[in-house]
Amino acid sequence: MSTGSSLTPPPAVSARRGRLALGDRIFAASARGAGLLILLVLAGVFVFLLIQGAPGLSVDPKEYGQGFDSFWAYAGPLLFGTIFISLLALVVAVPFALAVALFISHYAPRRLATPVAYVIDLLAAVPSVVFGLWGGRALSQALKPVINWLGEYLNWIPLFKGPASPNGQTALTAGLVLGVMILPIITAISREVFAQTPRLNEEAAIGLGATRWEVLRLAVFPYAKSGVIAGIMLGLGRALGETMAVTMVYSSSPKYMLNIIGDTSPQTIAANIANNYAEASADKQHVLIAAGLVLFAFTFVVNFIARWAIGRGERKLAR
Amino acid sequence: MNAVAVVPSTFAHPRLPRWAPLVVAVAALAVGGLLGLLLGWGPVAIVLVSGLFYVVGLPAWSRVLEGPRAATDRLMTNLVWGAFAVVCVPLLWLLWNVVQKGAPHVTGHFLSTSMRGVFGSMEGGILHAIQGTVIVTLAATVIAVPIGLMTAIYLIEYGRGSRLAKVITFLVDVMTGIPSIVAGLFALSLLVLFFGPAFRAGIGGAIALALLMTPTVVRSAEEMLRLVPGDLREASYALGVPKWRTILKVVMPTAIGGIVTGVVLAISRVIGETAPLLVTAGYNDSMNGNLFSGRMTTLPVYIFNQYKTPGAVPLGAHAADPPGYARAWAAALVLIVIVMILNLIARIIGKIFAPKTGR
Repeated sequence: MSTGSSLTPPPAVSARRGRLALGDRIFAASARGAGLLILLVLAGVFVFLLIQGAPGLSVDPKEYGQGFDSFWAYAGPLLFGTIFISLLALVVAVPFALAVALFISHYAPRRLATPVAYVIDLLAAVPSVVFGLWGGRALSQALKPVINWLGEYLNWIPLFKGPASPNGQTALTAGLVLGVMILPIITAISREVFAQTPRLNEEAAIGLGATRWEVLRLAVFPYAKSGVIAGIMLGLGRALGETMAVTMVYSSSPKYMLNIIGDTSPQTIAANIANNYAEASADKQHVLIAAGLVLFAFTFVVNFIARWAIGRGERKLAR
Repeated sequence: MNAVAVVPSTFAHPRLPRWAPLVVAVAALAVGGLLGLLLGWGPVAIVLVSGLFYVVGLPAWSRVLEGPRAATDRLMTNLVWGAFAVVCVPLLWLLWNVVQKGAPHVTGHFLSTSMRGVFGSMEGGILHAIQGTVIVTLAATVIAVPIGLMTAIYLIEYGRGSRLAKVITFLVDVMTGIPSIVAGLFALSLLVLFFGPAFRAGIGGAIALALLMTPTVVRSAEEMLRLVPGDLREASYALGVPKWRTILKVVMPTAIGGIVTGVVLAISRVIGETAPLLVTAGYNDSMNGNLFSGRMTTLPVYIFNQYKTPGAVPLGAHAADPPGYARAWAAALVLIVIVMILNLIARIIGKIFAPKTGR
């Protein structure tokens, strides 16, 4: 592998026949061009959203609706809702995702580990719209008693202030669905990181008489920390941009509020776009695209940090 | 001399017998069942409470007999297994729901008609949505695969270790995380810029899906090209074959299985995308085979549409669900089956073409 492609054909060979050298040049240039095109497209995403979104920053205030007088007054609650619902999903997903990752890497019998990993991948393959359908029709029905109970007995917690929604289609439901949706990605990254920890350290810990949990705590977690955090950030990135599960599961409005079991809950940027794009005028379209740009910038930063952390972890392990 | 016989027993803690978990499980089920019967719970609550008793009960016994370290270990083992069991629930539940509610409605009629002129409790169908999905996804594949493949070739064969290659690799990773709706908005703003604010067509969806597909294709092709042994390339160079012919005739055929697998998996990933298609391709009741003009329905958008506007409950059918929900579940079943078939195909191709190494 180390030799790879570092070896190039001797120049004499390619120079002998001009036609072939030309072919080489064309091929190399188009490969390089494809790479550059990807950079260009990524920049293009920014540029086009900026071109189409910029007018949305200063349209007639009534386009924002609901008495918002400027773009940021309108985008603020949406950004809040996006982060709020995503954090809800993280709270649901992270403990389970890490436990399942540990299950696959350290607890499950060898024969069980591969099929389990496959099942979790299957979870990732289910289209988001099907998750939305399931969340809106099945899970919400099943959660009704739970939501009523929360609204009745735990309504002193701001999150469960209520009044409890009678149909079960609440932000809590959406948070659970989102949690299930982002679980596979957190599991996949953490699983790899857990499996990469130096084998000798684990064996040394076992040799000292550590129980399996102590092995994990002493020899695995210190190495896996940065990778796991990066996996969680990637999950967060996915949750921030997820549209269908949120749009289909609960009715929302752009407001600052913490209640997650009521009839309306904070709206996310993605849900706002999906709800309004259909009847959007040209001006409203600009506003929606500007909101999309905010979402893009935010997820870009989250993903950027996550990938950087993963890269740093790899470099650290390689040393 | 007597002490020697005593020492091991003080060093080694007593262990729980092998049948301890079984005993605790039976006891937990008994307690949970009894409580459930007394308080009138449903089966779900009984199982949950019994599980909780087991997860806590075994470590408690272990703590008394084996000490706190072993007890913590047992608790964590139980929690990990328990978490895995809990995670399986939504997947099974969802699949069961989709099959149970969708299967009765997936008929020949459903698969072979569109929604044109369908109202009330008429059955309707998804042919137009299947057609749209196939066209849009194919177009996205045609855009994404050459770009993704050539980029992977650049990264592995030409740009290895260069600054540009590092930047591309990193940004491709970041690109994996672009929210799908942002991809849709990008395609929309691209088209709107040229064709006016009301333009909606399948091509917009194809561009958005291609944007989402490309990073997946690049990553998988990169992995596969990296697996091709350097010896093969060197042997080819030694025969005087120029680099581009080596890549096309030696490297690519060796890696083709993995690359095709990656492409199929990428397709199965984007075929279920809803948000970008909702924004760019819109919704339409009729067949539309033209990628470049007119709204085009795809399966996910169809599901979303039927869910949002399920129609009225037919007269005389008490408490029945509106007809849209049934169509949504049936379409969801078709979509899931398509995705699963694609995954299966990817796996089979991967098996057949797996690089024959070790010889």
